[in-house]
Amino acid sequence: MLQNTLMLAQKYSMNFINGLGVTLYLAFISVALGCVIGAFVAIIRLSKNKVLGTIAAVYTEIVRDTPLLLQLYFFYFLLPDMLPALRLTDFTSIAVALVFNSGAYMAEVFRSGIQSIDRGQTEAARSLGLSSSQTMMRIILPQALRNVLPAMCNEFVTVTKETSLASTFFIGDLMTQHSIIKGKTYLVIEPLIIIGIIYFVITFTMSKLIAILERKLSTDE
Amino acid sequence: MSEIFDYKSAPELIRVENLHKDFGSLKVLSGITETIHKGEVVSLIGASGSGKSTFLRCLNRLEEPTSGHIWFNGVDIADKSVDIDLHRQKMGMVFQHFNIFPHMSVIENITLAPIMLKKKSKDEAVAQAEALLQRVGLFDKRDNKPSRLSGGQKQRLAIVRALAMEPEVMLFDEPTSALDPEMVGEVLEVIKSLASDGMTCVIVTHEMGFAREVCNRVFFMDEGVIREQGAPHQLFDHPQHPRTRDFLSKVL
Repeated sequence: MLQNTLMLAQKYSMNFINGLGVTLYLAFISVALGCVIGAFVAIIRLSKNKVLGTIAAVYTEIVRDTPLLLQLYFFYFLLPDMLPALRLTDFTSIAVALVFNSGAYMAEVFRSGIQSIDRGQTEAARSLGLSSSQTMMRIILPQALRNVLPAMCNEFVTVTKETSLASTFFIGDLMTQHSIIKGKTYLVIEPLIIIGIIYFVITFTMSKLIAILERKLSTDE
Repeated sequence: MSEIFDYKSAPELIRVENLHKDFGSLKVLSGITETIHKGEVVSLIGASGSGKSTFLRCLNRLEEPTSGHIWFNGVDIADKSVDIDLHRQKMGMVFQHFNIFPHMSVIENITLAPIMLKKKSKDEAVAQAEALLQRVGLFDKRDNKPSRLSGGQKQRLAIVRALAMEPEVMLFDEPTSALDPEMVGEVLEVIKSLASDGMTCVIVTHEMGFAREVCNRVFFMDEGVIREQGAPHQLFDHPQHPRTRDFLSKVL
């Protein structure tokens, strides 16, 4: 088995590298765009507008209370049907689904981040004459962002692993490479071991970096 | 100074009319009518729960009044259709817990609002901020992060942050209550120098000695109304109302 594993690692190295690229790319888009959506949704949820606030709450709850795989299926079949003009590729539909998903989780992260900022900060800013949106942009969000940075990175780690579900739709990520190599070589366990090691090294490294970041942030205080 | 200042001849700056504030079923302010003139230094005293902080916070609508009017420079700012942000620029506020912006340097704390709201150039705002820091003895801290400041230094910074907007009145909400005793003096000194420069000040305070020395008038608040008000020597030495006498006997 060890021999086979080493052989696969060599022979299919490009598959693994490409797969890792797709996985990281997907995770990065999900978290980056998810952050933007999450920040908006969080602000809307905390705003005084009841209608928008309810919509935002419904969105986050639906995403958090249904399985990711179901959401992936949903977007995979629904999006191309709904928007045929865009001629979405499978990859795009899946990426949209992942963004949709991570946006909701990021919204919760941001919401707790915003709520963790002392009310006095808002009061001080408002007493100087800043509007509520100016206060949000210049006073609350910069501090909240700093507080949620570790949680955001954790979300990146989670999403990196979750993208493996996207392999159901054969979009070229690490897990997809497993199916490809398995089909070519009839080896099941060996490619799994390699992929497992790659996932582990990536997420373990990221977790360690986050721990360093957290320590740095707390000493900066 | 309280002897020579004839506040009644000064133009009025803030006139409060029948101000009410409820929190649910709890009546915190039950009808306050009072006028504050330009250049006056007024302190609000009273037991905790008497409504003095709420009254102060209603003046710039950090608390929304339930009913009543607040005329500031002739505009009823209690009217919900008024752009309160504009008027707040003219009303500086200092808080018990300083509320310094921790993610900005000392100088950025001061220049933020003038640059954003008064459209000052950065150079202009920085020059003004440096002069203010000079005045309160914090010039050498200009590039520090606020986390390096002591409580007294933070409060002095909070005061000049508000002053940078060139307000017409300064509202102080228990500015020394969160300070270690040895730092109270330095903050009171700054407030005193503001007062002697003619800045209109409204101060919620427990420092009776300070109220007596610096203020033109003292409002004694009790159960959501101003029970008694007058010049410090009059109110402290010859209180008329039994509730005032009762309160003063406990704190003096």
